[in-house]
Amino acid sequence: MLPLELRDLRFSAGGHPIIRGISARLEAGPRSIILGPNGAGKSVLMRLCHGLLRPSGGEVIWHGAKGGDPRRRQAMVFQRPVMLRRSALANVIYGLKLAGHSPQECELRAQDVLEVVGLAQQASRPARVLSGGEQQRLALARAWALGPDVLFLDEPTANLDPAVTHEIESLINMIHAAGTKIIMTTHNLGQVRRLGDEVLFIDRGLLREQSPMERFFTRPASSEAETFIRGELP
Amino acid sequence: MSGLGEAFAAAWALIAGVEPGLVGIVTLSLQVSLSAVLIASAIALPLGAAIAVGRFPGRQALIVLLNALMGLPPVVVGLLVYLLLSRAGPLGSLGILFTPSAMVVAQTVLVVPIIAALSRQVIEDAWREYDEQLRSLGASRPSAALTLIWDTRFSLVTIVLAGFGRAAAEVGAVMIVGGNIDGVTRVMTTAIALETSKGDLPLALGLGIVLLSLVLLLNALAALIRELATRRYG
Repeated sequence: MLPLELRDLRFSAGGHPIIRGISARLEAGPRSIILGPNGAGKSVLMRLCHGLLRPSGGEVIWHGAKGGDPRRRQAMVFQRPVMLRRSALANVIYGLKLAGHSPQECELRAQDVLEVVGLAQQASRPARVLSGGEQQRLALARAWALGPDVLFLDEPTANLDPAVTHEIESLINMIHAAGTKIIMTTHNLGQVRRLGDEVLFIDRGLLREQSPMERFFTRPASSEAETFIRGELP
Repeated sequence: MSGLGEAFAAAWALIAGVEPGLVGIVTLSLQVSLSAVLIASAIALPLGAAIAVGRFPGRQALIVLLNALMGLPPVVVGLLVYLLLSRAGPLGSLGILFTPSAMVVAQTVLVVPIIAALSRQVIEDAWREYDEQLRSLGASRPSAALTLIWDTRFSLVTIVLAGFGRAAAEVGAVMIVGGNIDGVTRVMTTAIALETSKGDLPLALGLGIVLLSLVLLLNALAALIRELATRRYG
């Protein structure tokens, strides 16, 4: 499936350019963080990669797809998870069923992932009455159950308190350790330090730099990134 | 004033005494209107969902048309169905004019636009929330439409009941295609119209009270279901 190549990617909405020509290459392995201020175009970039939006120009190329359908091998977790009006377990099964698994397989796999994210006790509870943190863990479970090669996360902890954020981050690391490529947006520098291997810094629809995490913080290549880091640190 | 009081007393006696004529009329009313609403729902809910998630030329015009048809005058529907079912009409060979079946057809035509237009609105609002999540999980539009019908089921119950209210309360259409034949096609509304013109106010009033109570009871039931469901499923 990987590497993922973005070739002069562009997107405009209602005549306003939001992504103004981004080229990058994302390799298998490192956890890639898409960082940038609000309105930089991070979420839009991620939706273009995931195929939820159609680019106005340029291309999204999955070099390792080898004729298979790349959409089937990626999953996404949104900032505000959308839970279906059914049980937690049924929410996970829903995604598995769409992916074409048999009913028994769905049931077993769903039980498994709920166990892993610590929601086995809540399996039969309606998903919409779970707390915000539980819902986000369920969203992770639902995405991970599909066994994706690539997992996109759009500010997955933006609405959560520090303790819950820590839980979610551990789960993301566990999913990464199990071999799934992580591509995540955030505007939280602490989270970049905790979770990032490489940073793609986006500002006003342009990719300002793509650097390993350590170097991004010690020697940022662009003045925009330098300003952003200084402005954000206490 | 005393005339009204007497009429009420007599009406009450009729209801309390379980007058067989009255029971027959009420039963037929319920049979006709419930059948019509059932058939209309089977057509209108998928139709509403399809328009809600569909993208096709003329969609906006169709929505305007559907909304306008909610105000379809029952007598006009009655006339059209009459022309369709009369001996010389295209469906005349069915021979169902002046039978309860014809009344079911007329009320179905009357109720389909109401359920379709209102459910389209509810499902489209939900689609806005679910759109990206469902597409990310790989749902096709038809399967997304079914998911949305299920997930908005508690709102849809209210809509179906609004359709029932419309069907049970209209006079014009059933009068024209049913003919208000005693013991065959006489329902509550046509009986009320007839008895009032004959001056038999107690029977008219008794039927009116039954009609109102039924509609009230159904709506109370719907409110209860919704309340319990929201508490349980969020």
